[in-house]
Amino acid sequence: MSLQDELYKETILDHYHCPRNFGSINSASLKLEGLNPLCGDELTLYLKLNNDIIEDIKVEAKGCSISTASSSMMTEAVKGLSLDKAINIASEFKQMMLNKNEITVFDETNDDLNALAGVKKYPVRIKCALLAWNTLLQCIEGNNTENDNLKNSKE
Amino acid sequence: MLDVKKIKADFPILNQNVNGKRLVYLDNAATTQKPNCVIEAISDYYKIYNANIHRGIHTLSQKATQAYEDTRVATQNFIGAKASQEIIFTRNTTESINLIAYSYARFNLKPGDEILLTHMEHHANLVPWLELSKELGVKIKYIPLTADFRLDLSNLNQLITDKTKIVSVTLMSNVLGVINDLTAITELAHKFKAIVHVDAAQAVAHMPIDVKKLNCDFLSFSFHKILGPTGVGILWGREALLDSMPPFLTGGNMIASVYFDKVTFNELPYKFEAGTPDIANVIAAKTAIEYINNIGYKDIAKHESKLTAYALEKLSGQENIIFYGPVNTINRGSVISFNLKGLHPHDLGQVINEEGVAIRAGHHCCQPLMRLLDISGTIRASLYIYNDEDDIDILVKTLKNAYKVMGHVASR
Repeated sequence: MSLQDELYKETILDHYHCPRNFGSINSASLKLEGLNPLCGDELTLYLKLNNDIIEDIKVEAKGCSISTASSSMMTEAVKGLSLDKAINIASEFKQMMLNKNEITVFDETNDDLNALAGVKKYPVRIKCALLAWNTLLQCIEGNNTENDNLKNSKE
Repeated sequence: MLDVKKIKADFPILNQNVNGKRLVYLDNAATTQKPNCVIEAISDYYKIYNANIHRGIHTLSQKATQAYEDTRVATQNFIGAKASQEIIFTRNTTESINLIAYSYARFNLKPGDEILLTHMEHHANLVPWLELSKELGVKIKYIPLTADFRLDLSNLNQLITDKTKIVSVTLMSNVLGVINDLTAITELAHKFKAIVHVDAAQAVAHMPIDVKKLNCDFLSFSFHKILGPTGVGILWGREALLDSMPPFLTGGNMIASVYFDKVTFNELPYKFEAGTPDIANVIAAKTAIEYINNIGYKDIAKHESKLTAYALEKLSGQENIIFYGPVNTINRGSVISFNLKGLHPHDLGQVINEEGVAIRAGHHCCQPLMRLLDISGTIRASLYIYNDEDDIDILVKTLKNAYKVMGHVASR
């Protein structure tokens, strides 16, 4: 198996060629743009929330195979979850990409994510894989701060 | 013609395998490789006469000072400058342009004045001006591009007016490869008493630079683009202009007298060279000039033109290739940008790298130009004196493999 085969596993290429949940949500509860200034990868993340459940999620992504595939997998992984659970998966994913010593393996539900573990060996591409997840975290975090501010101002 | 085999032997870095394949270095627009003589010039300084310059009375310091100043004179001759004090050593082209923005523009422009750039500028020749425009309330205008990727000078009369104070333009695009004829621009700019800065960062590798012929007021480039070390750039300016400008950075070396309550500045060029400079690399820059001069720009241009023609022809045979730049060798250097339809440049770059070929994939510090072309980036192959047809053949072969690895992707 060459390095290339490892990087461009079938799963990754499948998500790249047919990204899931691709598009926008008109009545989105949350919306955030993510950008990788170094490589110019861009995406817009749309979340539709029902209380704290991610009822719908869509991404408009313009980027390389790794960033497109990763954002597609991210939408599948967190759709239908509570915000807290989504944060947990995103943190686990970041752990998989950034922690050199520990190996993170996702269970069957999120098996596709394991395909991205190989990207770790290509330091310049790690940021491509992380873009969608960081945008998700920032989006949720921004929402929390907003709520806190509202709460604080009410108090 | 160049003896590429002989030249290649001067560059130790080229004699290695990358990813199990012979290294094919095609990223010369980013930085060139260094010949043995340049590497030795650096280590000689550290081994034999490392000392600080301009102040020491001891022998080593005198020797180092002499070598440092020899590079200034060599640079003066290299670009046809009137006097050696017109050569200011900086860290790189970016710093040179910042020096003009801070020490010239800041003191000579007022709200409503205009700076003229072009759509093909590198961030180095964009961001300092954008920052300055916020601070001073001056307006930035751009010379647009034609459909064949050249400067569109048809509306120059509207772009350069008595409001124009600075025109800053590249002599050669680091993305499109085009070499710009600046004659009409400098003539009109000077008619309206605007000053002209020429960004020669790319051009200097490919053509002789003569500040008199260019008829400019400032010119900048970095030595690492012409086989020299990183960390050394120059700003050339007309002496009267430089004389009229306040210092950019302040501190040691740039002073005449310092008291506890006042300071007077040193004369040119030292006024603009605060602190201990990159002595070893400045000294080695002279060796790079000598190496280039020994080969001669005439032969460099001939070699590049022939190799560029070969590359354009071979690449044209690749299915779905889109070029960003002229597909001929008229007024263009050996920088070739392209994409393969449906493939992201970073994915393509990765596939190419696996075969030991070093190319650049991305926006090449020209994001506004990428937006104009409506692309996220390009693959850029840039050729130099140690590249040959074999290198091009290997690059073309890697492209054949790209769709096999990535599959065809319909544009979304």
